[in-house]
Amino acid sequence: MAFEHLRANNRAQILLGLFTGIVFGFLLQKGGVTDYGVIIGQLLLTDFTVVQVMLSAVLVGMIGIYAMKRGGFVRLHTRVGSIGATVIGGLIFGAGFAILGYCPGTAAGAVGSGALDAAIGMIGIALGAGIFARLYPRLDRSVLNRGIFPADTIPDLVGVRPGIVVVGVALLIAGILYLLTVLGF
Amino acid sequence: MIAWFTMATWSPYIVGAGIGVLIWTAFFLSDRPLGCSTAYAKTAGMVESAISRGKAKSMPYYQKFTPTIDWQSMLIIGVVLGAFLSAYLSGTFKVLIVPPVFAEAFGNVPVFRSAVALIGGILMGLGARWAGGCTSGHGISGTLQLSVASWVAAICFFAGGILVAGLIYGFTFL
Repeated sequence: MAFEHLRANNRAQILLGLFTGIVFGFLLQKGGVTDYGVIIGQLLLTDFTVVQVMLSAVLVGMIGIYAMKRGGFVRLHTRVGSIGATVIGGLIFGAGFAILGYCPGTAAGAVGSGALDAAIGMIGIALGAGIFARLYPRLDRSVLNRGIFPADTIPDLVGVRPGIVVVGVALLIAGILYLLTVLGF
Repeated sequence: MIAWFTMATWSPYIVGAGIGVLIWTAFFLSDRPLGCSTAYAKTAGMVESAISRGKAKSMPYYQKFTPTIDWQSMLIIGVVLGAFLSAYLSGTFKVLIVPPVFAEAFGNVPVFRSAVALIGGILMGLGARWAGGCTSGHGISGTLQLSVASWVAAICFFAGGILVAGLIYGFTFL
């Protein structure tokens, strides 16, 4: 199939990565989520733009990806998580999120919007990733594999057909987004 | 149409839906989720290689994530360009070091903001690779695949973020 050739073509993928990034950066900037104040506002629970963007993306993305998966056009890319990796790493990330006020993607978008503190943040993120790489063999032996989650996906975890979980999560997201508008966000 | 591109902000729902569709294309055309933090690990790997090629090659983490210019690295470069395009078209491009919200609380001191951003970035990079993804990789691409790890990660990102932001700025919502 044609798209198999495309996926294996390194040069085409480099161009696709650039193009995907340009669209992603454009959208992040237009959404206002490349702004330090908007991200900190989300973490202070005074501005819900970040959650509105993320949940809309998950809603639309989920329906499309599961429909395309059903048609055999895409496959899932989920990885197993654990308490030691996902929870501890997630909390460290969260602390960094609040201190930096950007995330790895929106920091790049903030640089494009002229925020030089985000450029320093990006250097920090690369340094942090480098520190993790140095620590990786030790962490892999000690904490990363502690408390491995019993399943990769929610449908597998609860033993319900994916289609039903998709409908359930879609309704949940729609409900949260509706609630946010009712609350005036 | 043109007016649309020059608007300063779009509805967060439109932006989110657009990101959702963009992720369809990433899965379909590139067979990969949309995640930003891998590129930073690859960048760190390239720096390690530049210092000592042999050492970087021997590090198990860079055998998992080979430090090369590929889709991931180009994605980040694209994000900078795309955001610049958006900001330029809407006339909101503005060079700053200290964001207004930060300046209001801690003063307009570029060196202090830079140090804070560096420390925050280091924690974020460490945490992103520890958890195996960031706000885009886990928070959007992973959760939409209904990945258990990604939902847990996203909840922890916000739990940690809300806690620390509250410690920094005060828990204003209480």
